[in-house]
Order: sequence, then C-alpha cells, then structure tokens
Amino acid sequence: MKILVIEDDREAADYLEKAFAEVGHTVHVAGDGDTGFALASTTEYDVLVVDRMLPRRDGLSVIAGLRARGETTPVLILSALGEVDDRVTGLRAGGDDYLTKPYAFSELLARVEVLNRRNGGREGETVYRVGDLELDRLAHVARRAGKEIPLQPREYRLLEYLMRHAGQVVTRTMLLENVWDYHFDPQTNVIDVHVSRLRGKIEKGFDKELLHTVRGAGYMLKA
Amino acid sequence: MRTLPAIMKTTAARLSALYLLLFTVVAVILVYYMTSLSVRAITQQTRMTIEEEAVELGGFYERGGIAALLRALERRSLQPNANLYLIADVNGQPLAGNVGALAPGVLDEAGWTERPFRYERISEEAETGEPKEHHALAVVIWLPNKMLLLVGRDLGEPEKIRAIVRRSLGFALGMMALGGFLIWFFVGRTALKRIDQVSLASRRIMGGDLSGRLPVTGAGDEFDRLATNLNAMIERISGLNDGLRQVSDNIAHDLKTPLTRLRNRAEAALAGAKSTGDYRAAMEQTIAESDDIIRNFNAILMISRIEAGSQAQNFEPVDLAAAIADVAELYEPVADEAGVALTVGEIAPAVIHGNRELIGQALSNIVDNAIKYTAGHGDRPAVSIALAAGSGGPVIRVEDSGPGIPAIDRERVTERFVRLEKSRTRPGSGIGLSLAKAVMSFHKGRLELSSRKPEEGDKSGLAVAMVFGGNAR
Repeated sequence: MKILVIEDDREAADYLEKAFAEVGHTVHVAGDGDTGFALASTTEYDVLVVDRMLPRRDGLSVIAGLRARGETTPVLILSALGEVDDRVTGLRAGGDDYLTKPYAFSELLARVEVLNRRNGGREGETVYRVGDLELDRLAHVARRAGKEIPLQPREYRLLEYLMRHAGQVVTRTMLLENVWDYHFDPQTNVIDVHVSRLRGKIEKGFDKELLHTVRGAGYMLKA
Repeated sequence: MRTLPAIMKTTAARLSALYLLLFTVVAVILVYYMTSLSVRAITQQTRMTIEEEAVELGGFYERGGIAALLRALERRSLQPNANLYLIADVNGQPLAGNVGALAPGVLDEAGWTERPFRYERISEEAETGEPKEHHALAVVIWLPNKMLLLVGRDLGEPEKIRAIVRRSLGFALGMMALGGFLIWFFVGRTALKRIDQVSLASRRIMGGDLSGRLPVTGAGDEFDRLATNLNAMIERISGLNDGLRQVSDNIAHDLKTPLTRLRNRAEAALAGAKSTGDYRAAMEQTIAESDDIIRNFNAILMISRIEAGSQAQNFEPVDLAAAIADVAELYEPVADEAGVALTVGEIAPAVIHGNRELIGQALSNIVDNAIKYTAGHGDRPAVSIALAAGSGGPVIRVEDSGPGIPAIDRERVTERFVRLEKSRTRPGSGIGLSLAKAVMSFHKGRLELSSRKPEEGDKSGLAVAMVFGGNAR
C-alpha cells in the first residue's frame, strides 16, 4: 500500500514511516500543507494520513482542496485537537476517518488498512463469505456450513462489519464506532464480551476457528 | 505634571480639541454669513434713503433753481447725523455742502460710487480737532447746469455692526475654549481616571496576579458594568487556569505510576529475560500498559474539553429512552458475564436537546461502574436503569444493589482520579464519574448520588441520577 503522511512533526513522521514500512507499506512524508497538497494531487496514493494542524496550509483545507479537485483517495485525519465536534468538522471537510492523538499505532494501522480502497469494494456485495461462513445481506441471515445461525440485530451488524473487513484487523474502537455508533472508549472490555458471544455462536460445534483475536490490536475474521 | 503631548494623548483632550475646532469653524461660517447678510441689508436700505433724497433734492433744483437747492442743503447739513451733501462745479471743485476732502475719482462719474470711499466731513469737531476720516456710500448726479450733486451716507453703522459681531465672535470662541477645557477637565479627570484604574488593575492581573479584581464603585454606570464583566471574565479564566493546573497535576501524578511500571518492566525484561518468549511477553505487557495510559490520557483530555467547551455545539434532539436502550444493550453481555442482572425499568419517554455521544458515554460510565461494584455483592446483584420526568427535566436513574458509597464520600468520587480506598484493587481509572459529571454540567444538568433506599442507609446500594434541566423540551 502506498501511503502519504502529511505531518509536520518530524519525529512522529519518521516513526510512522518506519512503522508502516515494517508491515510492508510504502510511505511518503510531506512536512507541510502545501507540499502535501502538491504530492497528493500529482501522485497516486492508496491512503492519505493528514495531520490537522500543519504549517502553511491547514490539514482540513488540504483535504477540502483535494476533494474539490475530484480526488477520492481515502483520508484519515490525525488530530491533537479533539473538541467534542472536531470529528464532525473533520469528516465534513472530506475526511473518511478521524483519529485523535495520542493513538496506538495498531489502531492507526488497522484504520488505514480498512480505508485502503483495494481492500474495499465489498459494500455492494449481497453475500459475504469467509470459509464456510456466509452472510446473506438481503435475507439478513447468517449460515455456517449451510446451517442457519440465529443472531440478535446487533450481533448481525457486528458480524457484517467483521465479514466486510475479513482478513483485516478491526480494533475495538472501530467496532464501537461502526456497529454501535459511539466514538468513545468504554471503560471495561464490553466489546470483547460481545465478540466472544458472537464467537460462541459462529464457532460452537465447528472445528475451524474463524474469529481470531489479534493481541494488542483487535480482531480478525479469517478462514 | 503631565506634558502637553501626554495630555493630548488622552481621549478627552483630543475630543475637546476636536470639538473646539469644529465649533470654531461652524461659528466663523455662521458669523461671517450673518454679518454679510445684515451688512447687505443695511447697505440696501442706505441706498434707498440716498436715492430718495437725491430725487427730492433734484426736485428743489427744478422748482427753485440752484438757490433753492443750496438753501435746502444748508438746512439739511446742519441737522445732527446729517447725510453727506456736496455740490461741485464741472471740474469737481466743491462749492457747497458738508464734505471737506474727498477721495479722488469719486466725482468722475455719475451714478453710484462703486464702493465705499473715504472722505472728511466739515463739522464743528472737524474744525476744532483732527479731521476724521470716514467711509461713505454716495450717488452722484449731474445737474442740468453741469454742476455735480453728491448725496451720500456715512457707513458708520455697518462698520459698527461688523465690530460688534467680531467682538461677539471672539467672546463665543473664548467661551468655547473654556467649555472644551471644562469637558477635558471633567471627562479626563473623573471618567478617564477610572479607565486608568481599570488598565492599571488589568496590568497587574496580566502580570500574573489572577486573584486581583477591577474596582467596581457601585455607581452602576458603564464603567461598573465593564468592570463587572471583566471581573467575571477573570473569574472564568482563573477557574479554567485552576482546572488546568489540577488536570496537569493529576495527569502527572496518575501517569507517573504506570510509566514507572512500564519502565521497570522493560528494564527487568532486558536484564532477566532468557528466551524470545519472555521478551515477547514483556513487550505485550508493555503495549497493554501503554494502551491503558493512552486511554486514561484521552479520558482526561475529553473531560477538560467538555469542561472548557462552549455549550450547545452540535446539539441535537436526543431520545433518552433510545440512549438508555442502546447502553443497556451494550452492557447486557458484560452484566451477564459478571452475574449481575441488568434491567431497564420504567421509562417516561423524553427528548432533550443535547449531544448523544456524550450522554451515551456518561450513562455507560455509570452503568459500567454499577456493574463493576455490584458484581459478587449480595445474593442477587442487580442494576436497573429508569427514566422519569422530574420537575425540572427528565432524570435518568441508575440503581445498583452494590455496597453503596458513604454520604461523606459521595461528592468526592465525582472528582477526577478519586477512587475510594477499597476500590483501588479493581481495574479502573477513577475517571468515569467525573466525566459523567462534566457531561451533565455541559447539558446544564447535574449528577446526583444517593442511597438506593435512603431509609435503609448507605449500604442499600447506590443510586446515580443524571438530572437534566434547563434545556428540557
């Protein structure tokens, strides 16, 4: 994956460059808004990671500028701000996801990989399949090895999200945001409990494990 | 004593000077206009008088010849305040009349003299003393016998009016200068003194003394209102400042422990780990610990932002019943796993104007706490959420059958990082309730802690009420 990081903090940018490189992604770094805008509009990237506060040109203005030019590259906004409505402002400016500093790299990585368009495109599929598990999105029914699995509405949404991003790490906060529409860290591991319930339903009676726990990061649904 | 440039720097002095200048200009224009109008009117009248007299004298000449004319002139010349009369021959040599010397050229042409001219009057004073020069306006007529008749009138009166007007103009300007000075004196010395006091006090406050306040005299005037508002502003700044200091102290304090632990673990791993597996375990623990730190940090920042935030940003209608259902659904498996019965009790539907996220977070923190402390307590640990219509606004009440909190500690637990001794061993940061409290005051409501059953005492369990008010619909 080719990522452009627009971040003025040299140290943070170096760290991101190294960390992304370690998991096999190519990273370009721009130190200010103007350079970032120029790079993003001339080079094809899979994901842009944009800091909000940048010298010369504000991050939101860079994003708005790119969107005005018809660039659809997914953008993740990094922000040290984080007022109550910051997220809304950021997403309204054309960002696709929003992460407040300080953050864990595993969280950023998971979100960037989910944003990557090459992994996307499953939105329109009517049936998701992972191994012998399938989710019929028209009939709202989950089956494993042809056997229907009874699911609560929320469990269905949880499974749907996990299956849409099968093979990718999804973090607890991503689940909370996308399945429950809350953008805060719950105190205890509420998400873990929901996931383990779901795991019980889709794995009980089957040998093969599908829903894996990724230590220090989150979960991954994988055949 | 202040120097003149310093005085001119004060607003009052500038205003006074400006007013003085403006008044002067207007007064000069007005006076000039009025003088010229009245002088013109008087001149007009003088001309008419002269003309009438000239016609009259012409009549004397026609009826009685030169002798009658001379007699009439003789008689009129002797009257007090007489007009000017002169008869001259063809060459302009005076023959009769009361005019002595005459500016040259006056008699050259018939008709009105173009402008006032100088002359000397033959009179008793003139004979005794210095001949006086006067200005006059006159008409010159050619008599049929080629002699010249001049009839004129002294311009003393218009000159007098002009002088009076000039004097009064001077007087008016003097008064205005005095007025300007008085304005400067009163505005500058009284009102501006207060502004000086305010700026002095604000300099002191800017210098770091946030306990300082601006003087309020109690007069209730603009300055008092300004000072009161500024004082309120300082109060708020000082409050935020204190909050900030408290937060940074708390952050420092709260992060020190986990950071030290983090460091020690890394050090121990470096020194004592024998296998890759040991390193791995140490690294994983390190990451988990870092995540905790980040989570705590975010929570603290969140509270600060809510507290510092302005109200009603992104406020929207929030269905409290739905918010309760969401949180209950979110925590139901957690409660189930902890062996706590989580139930939703009576719901009186209510929609408020607020932030769904924050309300959800506050409620989930409260429910989280309730489940955490109720688990394993008593025979049938239970947590229930209810929504009632209070007198001021809707009230969400979370009751648990846990150990409860003694009345003296209830206020304290909503402070940041405060965790009661017996709960230190449980996971948690001590930030949940303080966040809920911040969220409630953000919604102009409050968080109330009480016994679940007051008649049975504190041990009957805890009831946490999110009391909405002010913005209830």
